[in-house]
Amino acid sequence: MATMAKKKTIRTIPQERTPVREQDPTVRARNFDEVSLGYRLEEALVEAERCLQCADEPCVRGCPVGIDIPGFIQKIAEKHYHGAYDILTDTNLLPSVCGRVCPQENQCEGVCTVGESLEPVAIGRLERFVGDMAIKEGWANIPYIEPNGYRVGIVGAGPAGMACAADMAKAGCEVVVYDALHEPGGVLKYGIPDFRLPNTVIDAEIEKLRRLGIRFECNTLVGRLFTIEQMITEMGFHAVFIGTGAGYPSFMGIPGESLNGVLSANELLTRANLMRARDFPKYDTPLQPGKRVTVIGAGNTAMDAMRVSLRLGAEKVTCVYRRSKTEAPARVEEVHHAEQEGIAFNWLTSPIELIGDASKAVRAMRCVRMELGEPDESGRRRPVTVPGSEFEIETDMVVFAIGTNANPILGQTSKLRLNKRGYIETDDSLATSIAGVYAGGDIVTGAATVIQAMGAGRKAARGMKAYLGLRDTDCVYQPDTDDPSGMRFGIPVEEHNFARIRLR
Amino acid sequence: MNQAQTSSFEIVAREDFSDVTYLLEVRHPMLAKAAKAGQFVIVMEHEQGERIPLTIADFDREKGTFTLVIQAVGKTTREMQQNCRVGTSLYAVVGPMGIPSVIAHKKKVVCVGGGLGVAPIFPQARAWKESGAYVIGVLGFRNRGLVFWEDKFRACCDELILCTDDGSAGVKGLVTEGIRLAIEKHPDIEELVAIGPPVMMKGCAEATRPHKIKTMVSLNPVMVDGTGMCGGCRVKIGETVKFACVDGPDFDGHLVDFDDLTARLSRYKPAEKEASARYEESCRIRGDEALAQASASLVDDRPSADA
Repeated sequence: MATMAKKKTIRTIPQERTPVREQDPTVRARNFDEVSLGYRLEEALVEAERCLQCADEPCVRGCPVGIDIPGFIQKIAEKHYHGAYDILTDTNLLPSVCGRVCPQENQCEGVCTVGESLEPVAIGRLERFVGDMAIKEGWANIPYIEPNGYRVGIVGAGPAGMACAADMAKAGCEVVVYDALHEPGGVLKYGIPDFRLPNTVIDAEIEKLRRLGIRFECNTLVGRLFTIEQMITEMGFHAVFIGTGAGYPSFMGIPGESLNGVLSANELLTRANLMRARDFPKYDTPLQPGKRVTVIGAGNTAMDAMRVSLRLGAEKVTCVYRRSKTEAPARVEEVHHAEQEGIAFNWLTSPIELIGDASKAVRAMRCVRMELGEPDESGRRRPVTVPGSEFEIETDMVVFAIGTNANPILGQTSKLRLNKRGYIETDDSLATSIAGVYAGGDIVTGAATVIQAMGAGRKAARGMKAYLGLRDTDCVYQPDTDDPSGMRFGIPVEEHNFARIRLR
Repeated sequence: MNQAQTSSFEIVAREDFSDVTYLLEVRHPMLAKAAKAGQFVIVMEHEQGERIPLTIADFDREKGTFTLVIQAVGKTTREMQQNCRVGTSLYAVVGPMGIPSVIAHKKKVVCVGGGLGVAPIFPQARAWKESGAYVIGVLGFRNRGLVFWEDKFRACCDELILCTDDGSAGVKGLVTEGIRLAIEKHPDIEELVAIGPPVMMKGCAEATRPHKIKTMVSLNPVMVDGTGMCGGCRVKIGETVKFACVDGPDFDGHLVDFDDLTARLSRYKPAEKEASARYEESCRIRGDEALAQASASLVDDRPSADA
């Protein structure tokens, strides 16, 4: 910054946000290739110029993991791409994933200073640009790791577990990540479709974790194959992190939900993405494709379910959501993409019954119109039924994408304290009721985003390091006194907990 | 690169009970140690395979193995019948899954297995026996030729009633006939456990309902992950909806909506049929090719008559 000749102002930066090339909506709606093609080098350079490098840095505070955003953008502008990657990976392990799936408009980009008068800097696209370049060039920042003798077990190989595993491995722990599915990645693999986040990107990021020495053990249902308590008492883990995700899809409890052709978005997406039912019969997992698909909900999962259905050959895909477009929880870009691809949106509509045919397959959805009333406890205006507004939508496949409840397995098999909704209770450092066991992500907070889960994984890692008596490598230690009364055996008192003394 | 301990599942024994029923014994010491009666596993035969839930038919903690008894009914199970030999490995095995059966203190119980449910009822019969209960086994087969594991059941049942459709072994009739005989002889039966096709379990539940005997059934609906994540296995239990994978698989048979279960089991029938037909076709083609090759080599080997 100091070397900059002239200070940038809102007038001197490129005024227009650099558009990103995308597959044509009519073409992409029939394939699983990625929708957004990402910035080319010259586009990234133009967009990097749009960052004011303002002193306030609201974007850093807007980021759940506090990435030094102006820092990495500055490195791009200086054409020092590896430097940009270094800054990103200081705080974010998976830039090519987060650049694609973070809801930037509610985070960094939502508070960007440029955004006050122009379109905000496309931080997500720049992050993805750097992450993808790292994958292409084979960059990986593998630090020299001094083993500290501690073993850490991670339950769930999704974003929370991956982030926690990386931090613990970097601190010198031997890390094993368990997952019940046959491939690591969690929701990144089974949930988010390839056209939004290609599997090759996830595999590349997982490979980097392996290079940190992290071991992945799939096909392992923790709780049932062994319990959390056994991990600590019998299997020699000094600390455990639980990041199993929420994973128990909700239904509405309206008549007709058990009709054939009615399923959760999780089931549709898992079949299509992880199990590759879209390549049936080359892959064995079947998926009865709908011709007229109706998806209930308007979050990212709902958008994914709709756009997957379209790509599986549906003729008409309809979204049904009881609030209006403004309240839709999905990323703005996803709603926009879905609209481009020809998804029909029924805002302010709520299903009340699913109607079947003689063979117990769904044939129609009965709905009512809604209008927005007074704000509810979430601050959003509460939808209320418009009397006499019932109507039917012809449909042969109904997908519920209205959120998830807490997965019960760990509650059934351990003494972990749960809250009354069944999620794991933690303190501020994400420690659970069992000593040495930490938890984070959807299984603590309920359904949230990938970056929030990763943030929780990293936060838990800080707690675990403190628990194990490891110096938090994120903090620079500065003894504030050399007063001998603050010393014991020649070691400052605050450092006692960080001394790596192990009795074997 | 990382040879994980949970990524190689070798088949150590195989037995064929009939042209459709076969047994696989799989090495998985951790699973064998953890398994309890009533639990299931999910298996993938190969990387492109589907995940199929199968109830554990036996486990041996000393040997570190567990056993599956499989009926070749669809594409995957037929392909497994074809490919799973001793020394080969399954691509993925995860489990034990589901809540173990509650083996409480009961004096007298009936364990009913029919068709594909005969093998999975074995761990329950054994567990009940070990708990000190008087165990009456009721097993249903189509005919004498299909009977298996009679000795294993005799070893853990105080009484065993065999039922065959044609009367070629034991009692002639369905398992419900066996249940009727058992109830007649023992008015003090406290619990009945049944595993088999939905229609059989429904029959069992109806047979015990008038006698108010607690009846547990083990449900095996369509599921993908088996960890509660997909919700494909939801079943109606009375007024509530449960996921068989994490809330079950055992449920009160008097509350299960079997018609709903049966309808939902047919969800992917057309695709399954298509897969089966394709598989048969590819087997036929491969068979024909093999035949053609064999006859071609025969022709080649034969000294030419013209020469």
